[in-house]
Amino acid sequence: MSRAQRNRLEAGGLVDRSQVLDFSFDGKRYRGHAGDTLASALLANGVRLVGRSFKYHRPRGIFSAGAEEPSALVELRDGGRREPNTRATVAELYDGLEATSQNRWPSLGLDVLSMNRLVAPFLGAGFYYKTFMWPAKAWEKLYEPFIRRAAGLGRAAEGTDPDHYEKATTFCDVLVIGAGPAGLMAALAAGRTGARVILADEDFLPGGRLNAEVHEIGGQQGAAYAAHVAAELASLPNVRVMTRTTVFGVYDGGTYGALEKVNDHLRVPSPFQPRHRFWRIVARRAVLAAGATERPIVFGGNDRPGVMLAGAVGTYVQRFAVRPGRHVALFANNDAAWRGMLAAQAAGANVEAIVDVRGDVASVLTEAAKAKDIRVFTGARVIATHGKKLRTIDVASAERGHERLYIDTLAVSGGWSPAVHLTCHHGGRPVWNEAVAAFVPGATPPGLSVAGAANGSFALGAILKEGAQQGAEAAEALGFPVPPLDVPHTSEESTALQPFWHVADSKGAAFVDLQNDVTAKDVGIAHREGFRSVEHLKRYTTLGMATDQGRTSNVTGLAIMAELTGASIAETGTTIFRPPYTPVSLGALAGHHRGKDFRPVRLTPTHEWAAKLGAVFVETGPWLRAQYFPRKGEKDWLETVTREVKAVRSSVGLIDVSTFGKIDLQGPDVGTFLDRVYINTFSTLAVGKARYGVMLREDGMVMDDGTTARLAPEHYVMTTTTANAAKVYQHLEFCLQVLWPELDVSLASVSEHWAQIAIAGPVARTVLSRVVDKDVDVSDAALPFMGAIEGTVMGGVKARLFRLSFSGELGYEIAVPARQGAKLAQALMEAGHEYGITPYGTEALGVMRIEKGHVSGNELSGQTTAGDLGLGRMASPKKDYIGRVMAGRAGLIDPDRPSLVGFKPADRTKRLRAGAHFLGLGAPADMAHDEGYMTSVAYSPHLGHWIGLGLLKGGAKRVGDRVRAYDPVRGEEFELEVCAPGFIDPQGERLRG
Amino acid sequence: MRIPCPYCGERDAHEFAYLGDATLTRPDPAAEDAEARFHDYVYLRDNPAGAHVEWWYHANGCRQWLKVERDTRTHAIAAARAAREADTPAGDAA
Amino acid sequence: MHYSWLSILKNGLTGQKGWTPAWRDAAPKPAYDVIIVGGGGHGLATAYYLAKVHGIHNVAVIEKGYIGSGNAGRNTTIIRSNYLLPGNEPFYEWSMKLWEGLEQELNYNAMVSQRGVLNLFHSDAQRDAYARRGNAMRLAGVDSELLDRRQVRAMYPFLDFDNARFPVHGGLLQRRGGTARHDAVVWGYARAADRLGVDIIQNCEVTGFLREGDAIVGVETSRGPIRSAKVGLAVAGNSSRVAQKAGLRLPIESHVLQAFVSEGLKPLIDGVVTFGAGHFYISQSDKGGLVFGGDIDGYNSYAQRGNLPVVEDVAESGMALMPRIGRLRLLRMWGGIMDMSMDGSPIIDRTPVPGLYLNAGWCYGGFKATPASGWCFAHLLAKDEFHDVGGAYRLDRFRTGHLIDEKGVGAQPNLH
Repeated sequence: MSRAQRNRLEAGGLVDRSQVLDFSFDGKRYRGHAGDTLASALLANGVRLVGRSFKYHRPRGIFSAGAEEPSALVELRDGGRREPNTRATVAELYDGLEATSQNRWPSLGLDVLSMNRLVAPFLGAGFYYKTFMWPAKAWEKLYEPFIRRAAGLGRAAEGTDPDHYEKATTFCDVLVIGAGPAGLMAALAAGRTGARVILADEDFLPGGRLNAEVHEIGGQQGAAYAAHVAAELASLPNVRVMTRTTVFGVYDGGTYGALEKVNDHLRVPSPFQPRHRFWRIVARRAVLAAGATERPIVFGGNDRPGVMLAGAVGTYVQRFAVRPGRHVALFANNDAAWRGMLAAQAAGANVEAIVDVRGDVASVLTEAAKAKDIRVFTGARVIATHGKKLRTIDVASAERGHERLYIDTLAVSGGWSPAVHLTCHHGGRPVWNEAVAAFVPGATPPGLSVAGAANGSFALGAILKEGAQQGAEAAEALGFPVPPLDVPHTSEESTALQPFWHVADSKGAAFVDLQNDVTAKDVGIAHREGFRSVEHLKRYTTLGMATDQGRTSNVTGLAIMAELTGASIAETGTTIFRPPYTPVSLGALAGHHRGKDFRPVRLTPTHEWAAKLGAVFVETGPWLRAQYFPRKGEKDWLETVTREVKAVRSSVGLIDVSTFGKIDLQGPDVGTFLDRVYINTFSTLAVGKARYGVMLREDGMVMDDGTTARLAPEHYVMTTTTANAAKVYQHLEFCLQVLWPELDVSLASVSEHWAQIAIAGPVARTVLSRVVDKDVDVSDAALPFMGAIEGTVMGGVKARLFRLSFSGELGYEIAVPARQGAKLAQALMEAGHEYGITPYGTEALGVMRIEKGHVSGNELSGQTTAGDLGLGRMASPKKDYIGRVMAGRAGLIDPDRPSLVGFKPADRTKRLRAGAHFLGLGAPADMAHDEGYMTSVAYSPHLGHWIGLGLLKGGAKRVGDRVRAYDPVRGEEFELEVCAPGFIDPQGERLRG
Repeated sequence: MRIPCPYCGERDAHEFAYLGDATLTRPDPAAEDAEARFHDYVYLRDNPAGAHVEWWYHANGCRQWLKVERDTRTHAIAAARAAREADTPAGDAA
Repeated sequence: MHYSWLSILKNGLTGQKGWTPAWRDAAPKPAYDVIIVGGGGHGLATAYYLAKVHGIHNVAVIEKGYIGSGNAGRNTTIIRSNYLLPGNEPFYEWSMKLWEGLEQELNYNAMVSQRGVLNLFHSDAQRDAYARRGNAMRLAGVDSELLDRRQVRAMYPFLDFDNARFPVHGGLLQRRGGTARHDAVVWGYARAADRLGVDIIQNCEVTGFLREGDAIVGVETSRGPIRSAKVGLAVAGNSSRVAQKAGLRLPIESHVLQAFVSEGLKPLIDGVVTFGAGHFYISQSDKGGLVFGGDIDGYNSYAQRGNLPVVEDVAESGMALMPRIGRLRLLRMWGGIMDMSMDGSPIIDRTPVPGLYLNAGWCYGGFKATPASGWCFAHLLAKDEFHDVGGAYRLDRFRTGHLIDEKGVGAQPNLH
């Protein structure tokens, strides 16, 4: 069955040969096994060309076996599930997987843009900044569209992502990041103390390098040992092993961001399961055991499919039982790579040559190689490669001169770079450690320690010890008693290495950053042009800015720069890594907060009731409110709203106003307190009365308005606007807790507790009298305008009755416990039935308040003073209040400030629009002549034409003038009459009726 | 960021609203130069890089204003006290 | 050297060996006519216009690290002039005009790309507020269009029109808005200023000021004292710290703003789109990455990094607006320190200290302002008078009450 997998080894590996998985790449069908990645399965099937590079569209293969992959990026899945830029090296194989190569046209084998290589000599670093400027207009029209089409890699999904995502928060004592040898030991050491431990690893199989290399630990094979430890950890109730989980960022307070790929290993997620889960892990301590990434040596032609990191070759052979090619050679500068290659040879790979830049390599290695008929070139380097896919390499050495080898797979190793990424997330800068020729962690985030290869310890024995030690120390620091832990024995291994970066005399383009096509020559250009600091190098050449975040290129790039400047690597320094450690799906970070669930919806107590009546709802901040209640036969919203307004003005209507903020204030000092937060006086308010109030911010601008009633000598209840409910409450608490803690006042937000329904219209009192209980007197004498009383309605339901009016009609607001709101609405409907009581929505409410000239959200813009709104006279001169001093500044009392007036179209058939600006008649349309703008408009059924409120320079003094409404964005300009901001019943007779 | 609320325990900062410098004192509105003093109070800030005492309001919690000592370079929080008890020594603040 | 097709051709044929440094790595001289502290876009633009427009060539730009290491390289690269208030709009429009000629002016391709900035609205009130702004722009002679839902859908069919919590009602479009390549703006100004004789001095930190009586007559630096009768600060993010060395307190708080970039994609989003029902703005770079951002984290910070709540909020807004981006991956996030001023608008002014000039308080609108900020600051430094378009950015406006508060949120920097 697996015969088709021509590069699959007969034995070994951690794949399950009994499970055959079908998959396709670029439409061709292949087979792999459970335990494969897409990359290992492709290699098993002899597929070596998998992608095209970003800039030059050069053919690229599989370069690594992990998250560092720069080249083997594919589009996975299709339609709404299409995932561009997926690394084949970490994509778990599943049955039915479909992958497509990207950044090529028309096909991977024949890519038209690969002609870019012909002009490559001109396209060096910084090329774009020096050209495409002539002619000036051509950038957006000609050059940029071409560049945009050619750039990018994969394509976004074709529709809405059909999968679900989740977010979750969890807590632990010790978070261990990485389940390689160091991480396993750290988790074991911490777990055995009883501490709550989370062990997270991006791989689906714990073990890290133990699965990819050949080791003996305490008498067991490395992979078996890893499985054994993982099993013990799984058995501990206080330890949680999270595979497929990448800790991607370190945030403040010990908060770690992690992405769990819950279902990416299936074709579609299991029912009711998210695709990804985003974790916020709050950990008291953390041990970073993220291992290290191998780095290549840069030489001409180092990007051909078939050139691969040496560790990856080992991984494919040992873990996946795949021969990456038929004829393998190694080009390296260190002992570990030799050992890996010898082990690969033993496992069935055909290693034919080892090329080492070092003249002097331990004889134990060279002898072992020679014993296996591997040709050894020491003091040598690869100076060229050939073939669209690798066919031959040229090796140069002092000893043997030049020689061409027929090799289809070249394993490359320039040493290892610790995965220090997370240590940088709080600004820590890695430091160069000459002894291991690598950047090791500098300052780490609080509570995070580093163990193993991530810390620059590359020998397995040391890694195990460090892991155990760091895990134990983390638990101990938290007070957990630490039992002794035996670190198992493993053989000593040499980590000898001679730093070597770049074969300067090699032929052909030598790539430093394989994904962004940054060559050694580009580093030279950056040097020549003065972009020598590591940050300038990165930004100018784009080195390390691709999806692999420079894992295999950063250090090499800056080492080449250091060679050019003559500075040491330590002096040259390095860039730091930003989150995320590996790219994170945006869907996971959003979780369920998308579509209709983007933000919670707040519903009024009468929502169901209104919905049954056919209300159209509108988003008002977090609320959904009834906007209007259309009836059959009404042709548009305007007809509906006009009917609603007329019904209120002629008879009676009702609206749910529960969305207003309601704040309960109690205590002996409430009056004093309110006097300090409102511009007008409340301490003198009689019990049983309400008063309209305006409050300012400390900078003198209006913050909010509303009515506050005094229910008892030491008990007031305040209403705020819907929009500012939370802000006002917060402000009042600040005043009370911070500014005037000596005041004896208690606040409670009761917005949620009370449903509040306004009824308005000439017969409102009659309707109200039918819902209140017998002993409640709502006569004009007992409940006059601005009266506020407590009583019961509907047979014993506690209620607060306010005689208030926003509409200008005789009006009441009735507050009952929230759960009684719908019942109250229904009771009012029945009580008013004979008068044709009409439910109305926010539109009609708005129309009536504009007719009445009341200000609302549009006028309370935060840019207006009380004076601007015609409310300046409310301010009490006898006391201090928040905002008083700053409101006296010249700029706030300038008589030239636009202030509130009303407007009518000179031609009464014209429709007014808010947002139109005002210009004097005959004045030019420019900023110097801008006189203000229209804040609110409505069609007034009372007057039979459109009316508006606006802020106009000169304000009240301009009543009777004419100005132009200037509204070019809607193509309108016409004359307006300026009038007082009150279009109906200016004496207020109706509301006192 | 996690804020040790003296009432609710340690909570993520997203439960809180931030107001800024807590070392400022509202000036005497009756002072001769009240406008100048209020200008400084409302607008001018030390804005230090380092230790900062600042107001946080536990909006999605106990609704208490807290005086929090936090380092603006590292975000490390040294203490958090309720506004009303701010002048007494830190209680159970971490 | 001058960049041209010819220089490209010549270098292409000679192995790119002929290029010369884009700017000299200057060592400080003992004295200059003007010292600009801060080698970001604003500082370098100021130096360039001092030399180019005012003929003052003996200028030093002093930078603590490498040029462009602050917010110039940490923003979402948006350029626009779609402001509401008269104190702002002419300034940003002047900036836009300078952007439009920048490449020819500097002989450097900063990739100024006017692919449009579209601000979506989601309610009638928001539509009216945008109409007010669009009309204000027209009064200032600036292009603006109010689009309805159908027109927005034609431009960006993949926004969530059918299942949105806050449905898109339309948008305010400025077609001349767009993006520019942020680093290239820095390098372009640096190279052009250098060619006019300006000294760009990197790795030189200002540690204090040289005083003669009340006046400032130069700076103390990590590379020694440097004298000048005029010192201009353009150190956004650190304005308070530097001003403090001169004994000044500013109406500024430093806050962190995070920005984000996705993996590279084939073209998806042509222009800049901002979400009106959350804090979110997005565009796609020429390299293919989606570049996006949201609100500031909301607390004082000098840490150049933020926290998860804003990251999540931004992703949520992105998904709410464009439900097809769920499978795209966030590649990198970073933070910049913003000079959040008390009314949300900048300061270009003298200070109470003779010899010390201030360019600060850009909140998170500094990038688009770079050319005009440089232009106006150079004007002030050269002539000791305000340029017409930047004349409202006075330091004393907080005292007089002539605030420029676009959002109307008052003296709370984290809300601007």
